[in-house]
Amino acid sequence: MSGTVLSLRDLRVTYRTQGGGVPAVRGVDLDIGTGEVVGLAGESGCGKSTIAAAILRLLPAGTTTEGEILLNGEDVLKMTASKLRAVRWAGASIIFQGAMHSLNPVRRIGDQIAEAILVHNQANEREARVRVGALLEQVGLPPRRIDDYPHELSGGQKQRVMIAMALACNPSLVIADEPTTALDVMVQAQVLKLLKELQHDLGLSMIFITHDLSVLVEVSNRLAIMYAGKIIEDGPADLVFHHAAHPYTKALAAAFPEIGDLRFRRKPSGLGGDPPDPQNVPSGCAFHPRCPERVDGVCEGIEPELWVAGENSHAACVHVSGAPAFEGMPA
Amino acid sequence: MTETLAAGEPLDLGPPVVEIRDLEINFKGRVGFVAGLGGRSAPDAKAVDGVSLTLHEGEVLALAGESGCGKTTTARAIMGLIAPNAGQIFFEGEPLPTSTRALRPYRRAVQMVFQDPTGSLNPRSTIYEIVAEGLRIHKITSGPNGETEEELVARALSRAGMRPPERFVALYPHELSGGQRQRIVIASALALDPKIIVADEPVSNLDASVRGEILALLLKLRDDLKISILIVTHDLGLAWTVADRVAVMYLGRIVEVGPTELVLQHPRHPYTKALLDVVPEAGGISRPILHGEPPDPTKIPTGCRFHPRCPIVASGRAKELGIEDRCTGEDLGLQPTGSENFAACHLVDVNQLP
Repeated sequence: MSGTVLSLRDLRVTYRTQGGGVPAVRGVDLDIGTGEVVGLAGESGCGKSTIAAAILRLLPAGTTTEGEILLNGEDVLKMTASKLRAVRWAGASIIFQGAMHSLNPVRRIGDQIAEAILVHNQANEREARVRVGALLEQVGLPPRRIDDYPHELSGGQKQRVMIAMALACNPSLVIADEPTTALDVMVQAQVLKLLKELQHDLGLSMIFITHDLSVLVEVSNRLAIMYAGKIIEDGPADLVFHHAAHPYTKALAAAFPEIGDLRFRRKPSGLGGDPPDPQNVPSGCAFHPRCPERVDGVCEGIEPELWVAGENSHAACVHVSGAPAFEGMPA
Repeated sequence: MTETLAAGEPLDLGPPVVEIRDLEINFKGRVGFVAGLGGRSAPDAKAVDGVSLTLHEGEVLALAGESGCGKTTTARAIMGLIAPNAGQIFFEGEPLPTSTRALRPYRRAVQMVFQDPTGSLNPRSTIYEIVAEGLRIHKITSGPNGETEEELVARALSRAGMRPPERFVALYPHELSGGQRQRIVIASALALDPKIIVADEPVSNLDASVRGEILALLLKLRDDLKISILIVTHDLGLAWTVADRVAVMYLGRIVEVGPTELVLQHPRHPYTKALLDVVPEAGGISRPILHGEPPDPTKIPTGCRFHPRCPIVASGRAKELGIEDRCTGEDLGLQPTGSENFAACHLVDVNQLP
């Protein structure tokens, strides 16, 4: 791993609504190394998709974004409009969820993929067409489909077109936001396999966002788990999934049981309570009202930081080995 | 390679509650108006093509498969919402009547829970009105022990885990979280004292941390009230967590059925194995993945309907075993692979595992 493609430093995003500011991301630090795949997981409303949109400044007007987003060393938040346009798609690209709705139904897919290449002046029209043919082949579509319209493709094929589009300008970072959520099980497996192969062959750096921890552990080197706008655990994917340190990660992992694991047979386990309202985040550890391992008198008062939990892993919980001693903790 | 079959614990199944036999449901093919005038027609889609299945008292049965395999259509037929083109449905041993009026008691006994709780609840009704609606439709004004409507609603809510019920009755759906909304859907089913709950992807729209609670609730209802539960799902992990038996559907047919431990740990049909192979897990990279999209129910292949995608046929193993001609030419039904498990595969005949 040489160098860092993306660094988030104390990223804070607050949406403006009629009812006041809604803090969706509340101080996130994250590094993506060259060729690394980081999985970002959490429930709806935890801020994971907000981070994806913030990296390319795609958030709605009026949203305040603070902190630093260093893409190849340059702060995205300080870029001029023309610099930003150059970086979008060529520096970092996004594969959105729901490919069906992201493609223009009245334009041929080849033209839609070529658009990004032409906008960035990377080629003339004839060269772009050759490049699009190569891209289609790379994502497992026959190049003769270049003149098809989106409705002539199946859901999985459309998602492949979206992937080709994201790769069109050789970006140094690809953000995949729930890329397989709307797809059928078998097609999901095909798309995941393709993404893994492309990542391996092209040495892509990726942020992979989904709520499905079992998908993430299959594709990622490292996992970062979010809750209420903060990262509450990060570490090597396998370790975080199989030996979670944070009680929330444990509950999330239990929602995706491995078949054959008798611990889950006829024993569905879930958390009481509901994901927190971002406008009304609980005091102290935001997870304490739902936490099965809560220590009364401690967890509602202190805001845990990402303390060392294991080799290369960190968790924001008073129970981890690296946490300082707090008054009131049982011995 | 002859392996002895895994025997597994025999299941303690109660008496059958619903039995379907040789169920067939076709959806009419449609062409444009002008093409229709020209005498052209489109082939019918055989959504369900000869399904037999029994749901026992107090059983949790998972019906699994890809989208378009006919699992939801089968469930809708069991609820009496689609009249089958052929085949029969028996409820407690009696064939289902055809008239809407005579179907009423059955419709009360079979309740449903859908995927999206927000879409299932009327946003302008209070929780009380939503839960009481079924009682009013079925003209139930008092319970078997003289309970009032208020008491029946309160009991249904607390059975669904909404306690204390009086805290929720005056609220509207938008004031509740996703998990609570799904509990309200379950409460309105429970108000009618059902024998069967058909749950179509009951947790796939819920947040991961909330899913377990809803599944635990369904299991509790089965244990406490002996309700039979049919869960329609694409998620085999979910089946592993809650189901007593699993039935796997492919292109309108059940291709394998049996106790969960056997079907999911020792599959006998290559399609079941393929579905299990794509359940994401750590490190799995070089597993074979079936090519292509879910198949088209207007063009069902000859022979075993799975043969065009079957890895056993594609790898040449079927040829080696001398069953390839049968795979491509001979349509077969479910073969017994144990005392309670069945698979529709020619491999079973030659005692081979996929």
